[in-house]
Amino acid sequence: MSTTTRRNFLRGTALAVSATIATPLGLRGEETITLPFANGTRTIAKYPQKRPLIVLTARPPQLETPFPVFNESVITPNDAFFVRYHLANIPLEIDTATFRLEVKGLVETPLQLSLEDLRTKFESVEVVAVNQCSGNSRGFFQPRVGGGQLGNGAMGNARWKGVRLKDVLDKAGVKAGAKQLVCNGLDKAVLPQTPDFIKALEIDHARNGEILLAYEMNGEPLPMLNGFPLRLVVPGYFGTYWVKHLHELEIVGEPFGGFFMSTAYRIPATPGGCVEPGTVPAATIPIAKFKIRSFLTSVLDGDQLRAGAPLTLRGIAFDSGEGITEVQVSTDDGATWQRAELGKDLGRYSFREWRLPWKPTAGDHVLKCRAFNRLGESQPLEPLWNPAGYMRNVVETTRVSAA
Amino acid sequence: MKNHPLLFSLSLAAATFALGTIVSTVTAADEKPAKTVVRIELPAETAAYRPGPGVQQAQASCMICHSADYVAMQPPMPRKFWEATIKKMKDKYGAPMPEDITPLVDYFTTSYGTK
Repeated sequence: MSTTTRRNFLRGTALAVSATIATPLGLRGEETITLPFANGTRTIAKYPQKRPLIVLTARPPQLETPFPVFNESVITPNDAFFVRYHLANIPLEIDTATFRLEVKGLVETPLQLSLEDLRTKFESVEVVAVNQCSGNSRGFFQPRVGGGQLGNGAMGNARWKGVRLKDVLDKAGVKAGAKQLVCNGLDKAVLPQTPDFIKALEIDHARNGEILLAYEMNGEPLPMLNGFPLRLVVPGYFGTYWVKHLHELEIVGEPFGGFFMSTAYRIPATPGGCVEPGTVPAATIPIAKFKIRSFLTSVLDGDQLRAGAPLTLRGIAFDSGEGITEVQVSTDDGATWQRAELGKDLGRYSFREWRLPWKPTAGDHVLKCRAFNRLGESQPLEPLWNPAGYMRNVVETTRVSAA
Repeated sequence: MKNHPLLFSLSLAAATFALGTIVSTVTAADEKPAKTVVRIELPAETAAYRPGPGVQQAQASCMICHSADYVAMQPPMPRKFWEATIKKMKDKYGAPMPEDITPLVDYFTTSYGTK
Protein backbone atom coordinates (compact mmCIF):
# COMPACT_ATOMS: atom_id res chain seq x y z
CA MET A 1 0.00 0.00 0.00
CA SER A 2 1.31 3.45 -0.79
CA THR A 3 1.57 5.93 2.04
CA THR A 4 -1.36 7.94 0.76
CA THR A 5 -3.59 4.95 0.25
CA ARG A 6 -2.68 3.60 3.62
CA ARG A 7 -3.43 6.88 5.30
CA ASN A 8 -6.85 7.03 3.72
CA PHE A 9 -7.50 3.44 4.56
CA LEU A 10 -6.73 3.91 8.21
CA ARG A 11 -8.27 7.31 8.57
CA GLY A 12 -11.61 6.40 7.17
CA THR A 13 -11.95 3.05 8.76
CA ALA A 14 -11.51 4.25 12.26
CA LEU A 15 -14.00 7.09 11.75
CA ALA A 16 -12.47 8.88 14.69
CA VAL A 17 -8.98 9.98 13.84
CA SER A 18 -8.08 10.59 17.42
CA ALA A 19 -8.64 6.90 18.04
CA THR A 20 -6.64 5.77 15.05
CA ILE A 21 -3.33 4.22 15.89
CA ALA A 22 -1.53 2.25 13.26
CA THR A 23 0.97 0.12 15.07
CA PRO A 24 2.61 -2.98 13.73
CA LEU A 25 2.05 -5.72 16.26
CA GLY A 26 5.77 -6.30 16.34
CA LEU A 27 6.17 -10.05 16.47
CA ARG A 28 4.58 -10.85 13.16
CA GLY A 29 4.64 -7.37 11.73
CA GLU A 30 0.87 -7.35 11.46
CA GLU A 31 -0.84 -4.09 10.67
CA THR A 32 -3.63 -3.07 12.95
CA ILE A 33 -6.36 -0.52 13.08
CA THR A 34 -8.38 0.69 16.02
CA LEU A 35 -12.11 1.17 15.55
CA PRO A 36 -13.51 3.96 17.73
CA PHE A 37 -14.86 1.85 20.59
CA ALA A 38 -13.33 -0.11 23.48
CA ASN A 39 -11.39 -3.22 22.38
CA GLY A 40 -11.64 -2.00 18.80
CA THR A 41 -8.13 -2.95 17.69
CA ARG A 42 -8.18 -5.28 14.68
CA THR A 43 -5.55 -6.74 12.42
CA ILE A 44 -5.66 -5.96 8.72
CA ALA A 45 -4.99 -8.94 6.51
CA LYS A 46 -5.30 -10.11 2.96
CA TYR A 47 -7.53 -13.10 2.37
CA PRO A 48 -7.94 -15.04 -0.89
CA GLN A 49 -9.65 -12.95 -3.60
CA LYS A 50 -9.72 -10.00 -1.19
CA ARG A 51 -7.71 -6.82 -0.73
CA PRO A 52 -6.47 -6.14 2.81
CA LEU A 53 -9.57 -6.00 5.02
CA ILE A 54 -10.31 -5.58 8.71
CA VAL A 55 -10.20 -8.97 10.42
CA LEU A 56 -12.97 -9.35 12.96
CA THR A 57 -12.24 -13.05 13.46
CA ALA A 58 -9.90 -15.45 11.71
CA ARG A 59 -11.78 -18.75 12.19
CA PRO A 60 -14.34 -18.72 10.78
CA PRO A 61 -13.27 -15.71 8.72
CA GLN A 62 -15.18 -12.51 9.36
CA LEU A 63 -13.88 -9.51 7.44
CA GLU A 64 -15.08 -5.92 7.52
CA THR A 65 -14.86 -3.47 4.64
CA PRO A 66 -12.71 -0.40 5.36
CA PHE A 67 -15.08 2.56 5.26
CA PRO A 68 -13.27 4.61 2.55
CA VAL A 69 -14.25 1.87 0.08
CA PHE A 70 -17.80 3.25 0.17
CA ASN A 71 -16.52 6.52 -1.28
CA GLU A 72 -14.73 4.77 -4.15
CA SER A 73 -17.88 3.73 -5.97
CA VAL A 74 -21.57 3.06 -5.37
CA ILE A 75 -20.87 -0.57 -6.23
CA THR A 76 -18.69 -2.31 -3.66
CA PRO A 77 -15.86 -4.21 -5.38
CA ASN A 78 -15.84 -7.96 -4.84
CA ASP A 79 -12.38 -7.87 -3.29
CA ALA A 80 -13.56 -5.38 -0.66
CA PHE A 81 -16.94 -6.95 0.10
CA PHE A 82 -17.42 -7.98 3.74
CA VAL A 83 -17.32 -11.62 4.83
CA ARG A 84 -19.41 -13.17 7.56
CA TYR A 85 -19.53 -16.82 8.59
CA HIS A 86 -20.97 -18.44 11.69
CA LEU A 87 -19.40 -21.89 11.75
CA ALA A 88 -15.78 -22.76 11.02
CA ASN A 89 -16.16 -25.81 8.81
CA ILE A 90 -16.42 -23.76 5.64
CA PRO A 91 -15.86 -24.96 2.08
CA LEU A 92 -12.41 -24.04 0.78
CA GLU A 93 -12.71 -26.10 -2.37
CA ILE A 94 -15.64 -26.42 -4.75
CA ASP A 95 -15.81 -28.50 -7.88
CA THR A 96 -18.12 -26.60 -10.19
CA ALA A 97 -18.67 -29.71 -12.27
CA THR A 98 -20.07 -31.83 -9.48
CA PHE A 99 -21.78 -29.11 -7.42
CA ARG A 100 -25.54 -29.60 -7.23
CA LEU A 101 -28.42 -27.58 -5.84
CA GLU A 102 -31.01 -29.95 -4.41
CA VAL A 103 -34.67 -28.94 -4.31
CA LYS A 104 -36.80 -31.23 -2.19
CA GLY A 105 -39.61 -31.50 0.33
CA LEU A 106 -43.17 -30.55 -0.63
CA VAL A 107 -42.53 -30.52 -4.39
CA GLU A 108 -43.96 -32.44 -7.32
CA THR A 109 -40.51 -33.10 -8.78
CA PRO A 110 -37.40 -33.07 -6.62
CA LEU A 111 -34.49 -31.50 -8.50
CA GLN A 112 -30.72 -31.84 -8.59
CA LEU A 113 -29.49 -28.82 -10.53
CA SER A 114 -25.94 -28.32 -11.73
CA LEU A 115 -24.51 -24.84 -12.26
CA GLU A 116 -24.81 -25.54 -15.97
CA ASP A 117 -28.53 -26.30 -15.48
CA LEU A 118 -29.01 -23.02 -13.66
CA ARG A 119 -27.21 -21.08 -16.37
CA THR A 120 -28.93 -22.70 -19.31
CA LYS A 121 -32.40 -23.85 -18.23
CA PHE A 122 -33.61 -20.70 -16.48
CA GLU A 123 -33.84 -17.05 -17.41
CA SER A 124 -30.91 -15.11 -16.00
CA VAL A 125 -31.70 -11.87 -14.22
CA GLU A 126 -29.75 -9.14 -12.44
CA VAL A 127 -30.39 -6.92 -9.48
CA VAL A 128 -28.25 -4.30 -7.77
CA ALA A 129 -28.81 -4.88 -4.08
CA VAL A 130 -27.28 -4.04 -0.74
CA ASN A 131 -26.28 -6.86 1.55
CA GLN A 132 -25.89 -5.79 5.15
CA CYS A 133 -25.07 -7.84 8.21
CA SER A 134 -27.75 -7.72 10.92
CA GLY A 135 -25.03 -6.66 13.36
CA ASN A 136 -23.44 -3.99 11.19
CA SER A 137 -22.34 -1.13 13.50
CA ARG A 138 -22.83 -3.24 16.65
CA GLY A 139 -19.66 -1.80 18.18
CA PHE A 140 -21.38 1.58 18.50
CA PHE A 141 -24.23 0.31 20.70
CA GLN A 142 -24.49 1.91 24.12
CA PRO A 143 -24.72 0.12 26.41
CA ARG A 144 -22.41 -2.26 24.56
CA VAL A 145 -23.70 -5.73 23.67
CA GLY A 146 -21.91 -9.00 22.99
CA GLY A 147 -21.40 -10.37 19.48
CA GLY A 148 -19.31 -9.39 16.47
CA GLN A 149 -18.02 -5.92 17.27
CA LEU A 150 -18.36 -4.33 13.86
CA GLY A 151 -17.89 -0.77 12.71
CA ASN A 152 -19.98 0.40 9.76
CA GLY A 153 -18.28 -1.82 7.18
CA ALA A 154 -20.40 -4.98 7.26
CA MET A 155 -22.41 -3.84 4.26
CA GLY A 156 -21.90 -3.73 0.52
CA ASN A 157 -23.71 -3.09 -2.73
CA ALA A 158 -23.27 -5.41 -5.70
CA ARG A 159 -24.81 -6.28 -9.03
CA TRP A 160 -25.99 -9.84 -8.55
CA LYS A 161 -26.74 -12.14 -11.45
CA GLY A 162 -28.48 -15.46 -11.28
CA VAL A 163 -31.87 -17.06 -11.64
CA ARG A 164 -35.11 -16.36 -9.86
CA LEU A 165 -35.75 -18.58 -6.87
CA LYS A 166 -39.39 -18.51 -7.98
CA ASP A 167 -38.53 -20.06 -11.34
CA VAL A 168 -36.62 -22.89 -9.70
CA LEU A 169 -39.44 -23.55 -7.24
CA ASP A 170 -41.97 -23.47 -10.07
CA LYS A 171 -39.90 -25.99 -11.98
CA ALA A 172 -40.01 -28.31 -8.98
CA GLY A 173 -43.71 -27.60 -8.48
CA VAL A 174 -44.61 -26.44 -4.98
CA LYS A 175 -47.27 -28.64 -3.39
CA ALA A 176 -50.26 -27.43 -1.41
CA GLY A 177 -49.56 -26.95 2.26
CA ALA A 178 -46.14 -25.40 1.70
CA LYS A 179 -45.30 -23.07 4.53
CA GLN A 180 -41.61 -22.21 4.42
CA LEU A 181 -38.53 -22.70 2.30
CA VAL A 182 -35.57 -24.01 4.29
CA CYS A 183 -32.20 -22.96 2.85
CA ASN A 184 -28.89 -24.62 3.65
CA GLY A 185 -25.35 -23.99 2.46
CA LEU A 186 -22.17 -26.06 2.47
CA ASP A 187 -20.74 -24.30 5.50
CA LYS A 188 -20.98 -26.55 8.54
CA ALA A 189 -20.20 -26.67 12.20
CA VAL A 190 -16.99 -28.19 13.51
CA LEU A 191 -18.83 -30.38 16.02
CA PRO A 192 -21.81 -32.58 15.11
CA GLN A 193 -23.82 -31.31 18.10
CA THR A 194 -23.58 -27.66 17.01
CA PRO A 195 -26.66 -26.45 15.13
CA ASP A 196 -26.06 -26.04 11.40
CA PHE A 197 -26.52 -22.58 9.91
CA ILE A 198 -29.87 -22.97 8.16
CA LYS A 199 -32.39 -20.23 7.36
CA ALA A 200 -36.05 -20.24 6.39
CA LEU A 201 -38.14 -17.91 4.25
CA GLU A 202 -41.92 -17.73 4.24
CA ILE A 203 -43.10 -19.52 1.10
CA ASP A 204 -44.84 -16.42 -0.30
CA HIS A 205 -41.66 -14.43 0.15
CA ALA A 206 -39.64 -17.18 -1.50
CA ARG A 207 -41.98 -17.09 -4.49
CA ASN A 208 -42.28 -13.32 -4.91
CA GLY A 209 -39.92 -13.27 -7.89
CA GLU A 210 -37.36 -10.92 -6.33
CA ILE A 211 -35.09 -13.43 -4.63
CA LEU A 212 -32.19 -14.71 -6.72
CA LEU A 213 -29.98 -17.74 -6.70
CA ALA A 214 -26.90 -15.75 -7.66
CA TYR A 215 -23.81 -17.18 -9.34
CA GLU A 216 -22.28 -13.85 -10.32
CA MET A 217 -21.37 -10.74 -8.40
CA ASN A 218 -20.33 -7.61 -10.28
CA GLY A 219 -19.80 -9.61 -13.46
CA GLU A 220 -17.61 -12.32 -11.95
CA PRO A 221 -18.17 -15.59 -10.15
CA LEU A 222 -18.80 -15.01 -6.46
CA PRO A 223 -15.61 -14.89 -4.40
CA MET A 224 -15.34 -18.12 -2.41
CA LEU A 225 -15.75 -16.26 0.88
CA ASN A 226 -18.93 -14.60 -0.39
CA GLY A 227 -20.63 -17.90 -1.14
CA PHE A 228 -19.14 -19.41 -4.31
CA PRO A 229 -20.60 -20.88 -6.41
CA LEU A 230 -24.18 -19.96 -5.51
CA ARG A 231 -25.85 -17.85 -2.87
CA LEU A 232 -29.26 -16.53 -2.04
CA VAL A 233 -29.81 -12.85 -2.73
CA VAL A 234 -32.75 -11.62 -0.68
CA PRO A 235 -33.11 -7.94 -1.59
CA GLY A 236 -34.01 -5.64 1.28
CA TYR A 237 -33.45 -8.33 3.89
CA PHE A 238 -30.53 -8.63 6.28
CA GLY A 239 -27.56 -10.75 5.22
CA THR A 240 -28.46 -13.62 7.54
CA TYR A 241 -30.93 -14.81 4.88
CA TRP A 242 -28.43 -14.60 2.03
CA VAL A 243 -27.28 -18.20 2.49
CA LYS A 244 -23.84 -18.81 0.99
CA HIS A 245 -22.65 -21.92 -0.89
CA LEU A 246 -26.36 -22.71 -1.22
CA HIS A 247 -26.88 -26.39 -1.98
CA GLU A 248 -30.17 -27.41 -0.43
CA LEU A 249 -33.69 -26.00 -0.67
CA GLU A 250 -36.43 -27.83 1.17
CA ILE A 251 -40.08 -26.85 1.20
CA VAL A 252 -41.72 -27.66 4.50
CA GLY A 253 -45.29 -27.60 5.78
CA GLU A 254 -44.49 -26.36 9.28
CA PRO A 255 -42.46 -23.41 10.50
CA PHE A 256 -38.79 -24.39 10.58
CA GLY A 257 -37.52 -24.46 14.16
CA GLY A 258 -33.74 -24.42 13.67
CA PHE A 259 -31.48 -22.54 16.06
CA PHE A 260 -30.66 -19.69 13.66
CA MET A 261 -34.37 -18.92 13.20
CA SER A 262 -35.91 -19.72 16.56
CA THR A 263 -33.15 -18.62 18.95
CA ALA A 264 -30.62 -16.50 17.07
CA TYR A 265 -31.31 -13.53 14.82
CA ARG A 266 -34.35 -12.41 16.80
CA ILE A 267 -35.40 -8.82 17.40
CA PRO A 268 -37.86 -7.42 19.95
CA ALA A 269 -41.47 -7.76 18.83
CA THR A 270 -41.97 -4.03 19.27
CA PRO A 271 -42.49 -1.18 16.82
CA GLY A 272 -39.00 -0.39 15.55
CA GLY A 273 -37.61 -3.62 16.99
CA CYS A 274 -36.14 -1.80 19.95
CA VAL A 275 -36.44 -1.75 23.74
CA GLU A 276 -35.25 0.57 26.50
CA PRO A 277 -31.44 0.30 26.55
CA GLY A 278 -30.32 -2.46 28.87
CA THR A 279 -33.70 -4.18 29.11
CA VAL A 280 -34.96 -7.56 27.88
CA PRO A 281 -37.82 -7.71 25.36
CA ALA A 282 -41.01 -9.53 26.37
CA ALA A 283 -41.28 -11.26 23.01
CA THR A 284 -39.13 -11.58 19.91
CA ILE A 285 -39.54 -12.24 16.18
CA PRO A 286 -37.05 -13.18 13.45
CA ILE A 287 -35.12 -10.23 12.05
CA ALA A 288 -36.28 -9.31 8.55
CA LYS A 289 -35.86 -6.11 6.52
CA PHE A 290 -33.27 -3.35 6.59
CA LYS A 291 -34.04 -0.08 8.24
CA ILE A 292 -33.32 3.07 6.27
CA ARG A 293 -29.73 4.37 6.61
CA SER A 294 -27.45 7.02 5.15
CA PHE A 295 -23.74 7.75 5.42
CA LEU A 296 -21.41 10.59 4.56
CA THR A 297 -18.45 9.03 2.76
CA SER A 298 -16.42 11.89 1.22
CA VAL A 299 -15.57 13.55 4.51
CA LEU A 300 -14.77 11.46 7.55
CA ASP A 301 -14.77 12.07 11.25
CA GLY A 302 -11.75 14.09 12.34
CA ASP A 303 -10.92 15.43 8.88
CA GLN A 304 -9.13 18.78 8.69
CA LEU A 305 -10.58 20.87 5.87
CA ARG A 306 -9.50 24.12 4.24
CA ALA A 307 -11.66 27.04 5.29
CA GLY A 308 -13.32 28.79 2.37
CA ALA A 309 -12.48 26.02 -0.11
CA PRO A 310 -15.57 24.63 -1.83
CA LEU A 311 -16.01 20.87 -1.70
CA THR A 312 -18.71 18.31 -2.35
CA LEU A 313 -20.21 16.34 0.50
CA ARG A 314 -21.06 12.93 -0.89
CA GLY A 315 -22.46 9.77 0.52
CA ILE A 316 -24.84 6.84 0.19
CA ALA A 317 -28.34 6.00 1.36
CA PHE A 318 -30.41 2.83 1.24
CA ASP A 319 -33.50 1.20 2.68
CA SER A 320 -35.31 -2.12 2.36
CA GLY A 321 -36.49 -1.38 -1.17
CA GLU A 322 -39.23 1.18 -0.72
CA GLY A 323 -36.88 3.55 -2.50
CA ILE A 324 -34.88 6.55 -1.31
CA THR A 325 -36.68 9.78 -2.18
CA GLU A 326 -34.63 12.37 -0.33
CA VAL A 327 -31.42 12.88 1.60
CA GLN A 328 -30.96 15.88 3.85
CA VAL A 329 -27.66 17.17 5.17
CA SER A 330 -26.96 19.40 8.12
CA THR A 331 -23.66 21.24 8.52
CA ASP A 332 -24.68 22.85 11.81
CA ASP A 333 -25.29 19.89 14.13
CA GLY A 334 -28.89 19.39 13.04
CA ALA A 335 -30.11 22.98 13.44
CA THR A 336 -30.89 23.33 9.74
CA TRP A 337 -31.08 20.76 6.92
CA GLN A 338 -30.44 21.08 3.19
CA ARG A 339 -31.65 18.76 0.50
CA ALA A 340 -28.87 16.85 -1.26
CA GLU A 341 -28.93 15.98 -4.95
CA LEU A 342 -29.52 12.27 -5.55
CA GLY A 343 -27.26 10.35 -7.92
CA LYS A 344 -28.13 7.74 -10.51
CA ASP A 345 -30.89 5.32 -9.53
CA LEU A 346 -29.48 1.80 -9.84
CA GLY A 347 -32.68 0.26 -8.50
CA ARG A 348 -34.59 0.46 -5.28
CA TYR A 349 -32.44 -2.11 -3.48
CA SER A 350 -29.15 -0.36 -4.31
CA PHE A 351 -27.09 2.24 -2.49
CA ARG A 352 -28.24 5.64 -3.74
CA GLU A 353 -25.52 8.20 -4.08
CA TRP A 354 -26.12 11.75 -2.86
CA ARG A 355 -24.15 15.01 -3.15
CA LEU A 356 -24.22 18.48 -1.68
CA PRO A 357 -21.78 21.34 -2.37
CA TRP A 358 -20.40 22.96 0.78
CA LYS A 359 -17.87 25.65 1.65
CA PRO A 360 -16.71 25.27 5.25
CA THR A 361 -15.99 28.39 7.27
CA ALA A 362 -13.12 28.39 9.73
CA GLY A 363 -13.85 26.44 12.88
CA ASP A 364 -15.39 23.16 13.98
CA HIS A 365 -18.38 21.68 12.17
CA VAL A 366 -20.78 18.88 13.03
CA LEU A 367 -22.18 17.23 9.91
CA LYS A 368 -25.23 14.97 9.80
CA CYS A 369 -27.18 13.23 7.06
CA ARG A 370 -30.57 11.58 7.03
CA ALA A 371 -32.50 9.74 4.34
CA PHE A 372 -36.22 9.50 3.61
CA ASN A 373 -38.01 6.85 1.59
CA ARG A 374 -41.23 6.55 -0.37
CA LEU A 375 -43.13 5.71 2.82
CA GLY A 376 -41.83 8.85 4.51
CA GLU A 377 -39.68 6.80 6.87
CA SER A 378 -36.45 8.33 8.09
CA GLN A 379 -33.73 7.78 10.67
CA PRO A 380 -33.82 8.51 14.40
CA LEU A 381 -31.64 11.31 15.79
CA GLU A 382 -30.93 9.20 18.87
CA PRO A 383 -29.90 5.55 18.49
CA LEU A 384 -32.41 2.78 19.09
CA TRP A 385 -31.28 -0.22 21.14
CA ASN A 386 -31.88 -3.97 21.26
CA PRO A 387 -29.99 -6.68 23.16
CA ALA A 388 -28.46 -8.33 20.09
CA GLY A 389 -27.13 -5.09 18.59
CA TYR A 390 -29.04 -5.37 15.32
CA MET A 391 -30.44 -2.85 12.82
CA ARG A 392 -28.60 0.28 13.89
CA ASN A 393 -29.79 3.23 11.80
CA VAL A 394 -29.23 6.37 13.82
CA VAL A 395 -28.51 9.63 11.97
CA GLU A 396 -24.71 9.54 11.62
CA THR A 397 -22.60 12.43 12.89
CA THR A 398 -19.27 13.50 11.41
CA ARG A 399 -17.10 16.06 13.20
CA VAL A 400 -14.62 18.05 11.14
CA SER A 401 -12.73 21.29 11.45
CA ALA A 402 -11.65 23.84 8.88
CA ALA A 403 -8.74 26.28 9.03
CA MET B 1 -1.33 -12.00 -11.89
CA LYS B 2 1.31 -14.49 -12.91
CA ASN B 3 2.38 -14.98 -9.30
CA HIS B 4 -1.09 -15.90 -8.13
CA PRO B 5 -2.01 -19.46 -9.03
CA LEU B 6 -5.28 -19.07 -7.17
CA LEU B 7 -6.38 -16.12 -9.26
CA PHE B 8 -5.25 -17.97 -12.33
CA SER B 9 -7.36 -21.00 -11.52
CA LEU B 10 -10.25 -18.72 -10.66
CA SER B 11 -10.02 -16.96 -13.96
CA LEU B 12 -10.07 -20.35 -15.59
CA ALA B 13 -13.20 -21.16 -13.68
CA ALA B 14 -14.68 -17.84 -14.72
CA ALA B 15 -13.80 -18.52 -18.32
CA THR B 16 -15.33 -21.95 -18.03
CA PHE B 17 -18.48 -20.38 -16.71
CA ALA B 18 -18.58 -17.75 -19.39
CA LEU B 19 -18.28 -20.35 -22.12
CA GLY B 20 -20.80 -22.58 -20.43
CA THR B 21 -18.54 -25.53 -21.07
CA ILE B 22 -17.80 -27.15 -17.80
CA VAL B 23 -15.27 -29.84 -18.45
CA SER B 24 -15.07 -33.19 -16.78
CA THR B 25 -13.23 -33.47 -13.50
CA VAL B 26 -12.13 -37.00 -14.13
CA THR B 27 -8.36 -36.91 -13.89
CA ALA B 28 -5.64 -39.43 -13.21
CA ALA B 29 -4.18 -39.30 -9.73
CA ASP B 30 -0.93 -37.73 -10.84
CA GLU B 31 -2.53 -35.01 -12.93
CA LYS B 32 -3.11 -31.46 -11.79
CA PRO B 33 -6.51 -30.65 -10.24
CA ALA B 34 -9.27 -30.32 -12.76
CA LYS B 35 -9.97 -26.83 -14.06
CA THR B 36 -13.44 -26.96 -12.60
CA VAL B 37 -12.12 -26.99 -9.05
CA VAL B 38 -11.85 -23.67 -7.25
CA ARG B 39 -9.76 -23.73 -4.12
CA ILE B 40 -8.61 -21.16 -1.60
CA GLU B 41 -6.23 -21.26 1.34
CA LEU B 42 -6.85 -19.16 4.41
CA PRO B 43 -4.06 -17.22 6.11
CA ALA B 44 -2.70 -18.62 9.35
CA GLU B 45 -4.56 -17.87 12.53
CA THR B 46 -2.52 -15.66 14.86
CA ALA B 47 -4.69 -14.73 17.87
CA ALA B 48 -4.11 -16.57 21.16
CA TYR B 49 -5.78 -16.44 24.55
CA ARG B 50 -4.07 -14.33 27.18
CA PRO B 51 -2.08 -16.26 29.75
CA GLY B 52 -3.67 -16.87 33.13
CA PRO B 53 -5.19 -19.56 35.33
CA GLY B 54 -7.70 -21.53 33.27
CA VAL B 55 -6.25 -20.65 29.87
CA GLN B 56 -5.70 -24.31 29.01
CA GLN B 57 -9.35 -25.13 29.64
CA ALA B 58 -10.34 -22.13 27.51
CA GLN B 59 -8.15 -23.37 24.69
CA ALA B 60 -9.58 -26.87 24.95
CA SER B 61 -13.23 -25.84 25.20
CA CYS B 62 -13.39 -22.84 22.89
CA MET B 63 -10.73 -23.09 20.22
CA ILE B 64 -12.14 -26.27 18.73
CA CYS B 65 -14.80 -24.17 17.05
CA HIS B 66 -13.42 -20.64 16.75
CA SER B 67 -10.33 -18.47 16.96
CA ALA B 68 -9.39 -16.54 20.10
CA ASP B 69 -10.20 -13.16 18.55
CA TYR B 70 -13.90 -13.85 19.20
CA VAL B 71 -13.15 -13.14 22.85
CA ALA B 72 -10.61 -10.33 22.55
CA MET B 73 -12.96 -8.15 20.49
CA GLN B 74 -15.79 -8.22 23.04
CA PRO B 75 -16.36 -4.98 24.93
CA PRO B 76 -15.36 -4.80 28.59
CA MET B 77 -18.09 -6.90 30.19
CA PRO B 78 -18.93 -8.08 33.71
CA ARG B 79 -18.84 -11.63 35.02
CA LYS B 80 -22.50 -12.30 34.26
CA PHE B 81 -21.83 -11.68 30.55
CA TRP B 82 -19.03 -14.24 30.45
CA GLU B 83 -21.08 -16.71 32.45
CA ALA B 84 -24.05 -16.36 30.08
CA THR B 85 -21.79 -16.64 27.04
CA ILE B 86 -20.07 -19.79 28.30
CA LYS B 87 -23.45 -21.33 29.16
CA LYS B 88 -24.69 -20.51 25.66
CA MET B 89 -21.63 -22.11 24.10
CA LYS B 90 -22.11 -25.20 26.25
CA ASP B 91 -25.89 -25.59 26.01
CA LYS B 92 -26.71 -24.19 22.56
CA TYR B 93 -23.54 -24.86 20.57
CA GLY B 94 -22.46 -28.06 22.30
CA ALA B 95 -18.97 -26.92 23.23
CA PRO B 96 -17.13 -29.57 25.24
CA MET B 97 -16.88 -28.18 28.76
CA PRO B 98 -16.44 -29.52 32.26
CA GLU B 99 -19.52 -29.86 34.45
CA ASP B 100 -18.33 -26.95 36.55
CA ILE B 101 -17.78 -23.93 34.32
CA THR B 102 -16.65 -21.70 37.18
CA PRO B 103 -12.93 -21.89 36.29
CA LEU B 104 -13.76 -20.80 32.73
CA VAL B 105 -15.95 -17.95 33.95
CA ASP B 106 -13.12 -16.93 36.26
CA TYR B 107 -10.58 -17.01 33.45
CA PHE B 108 -12.58 -14.90 30.99
CA THR B 109 -13.73 -12.44 33.64
CA THR B 110 -10.20 -11.98 34.94
CA SER B 111 -8.44 -11.90 31.59
CA TYR B 112 -11.00 -10.04 29.46
CA GLY B 113 -13.79 -8.73 31.68
CA THR B 114 -14.52 -5.91 34.06
CA LYS B 115 -14.54 -8.22 37.12
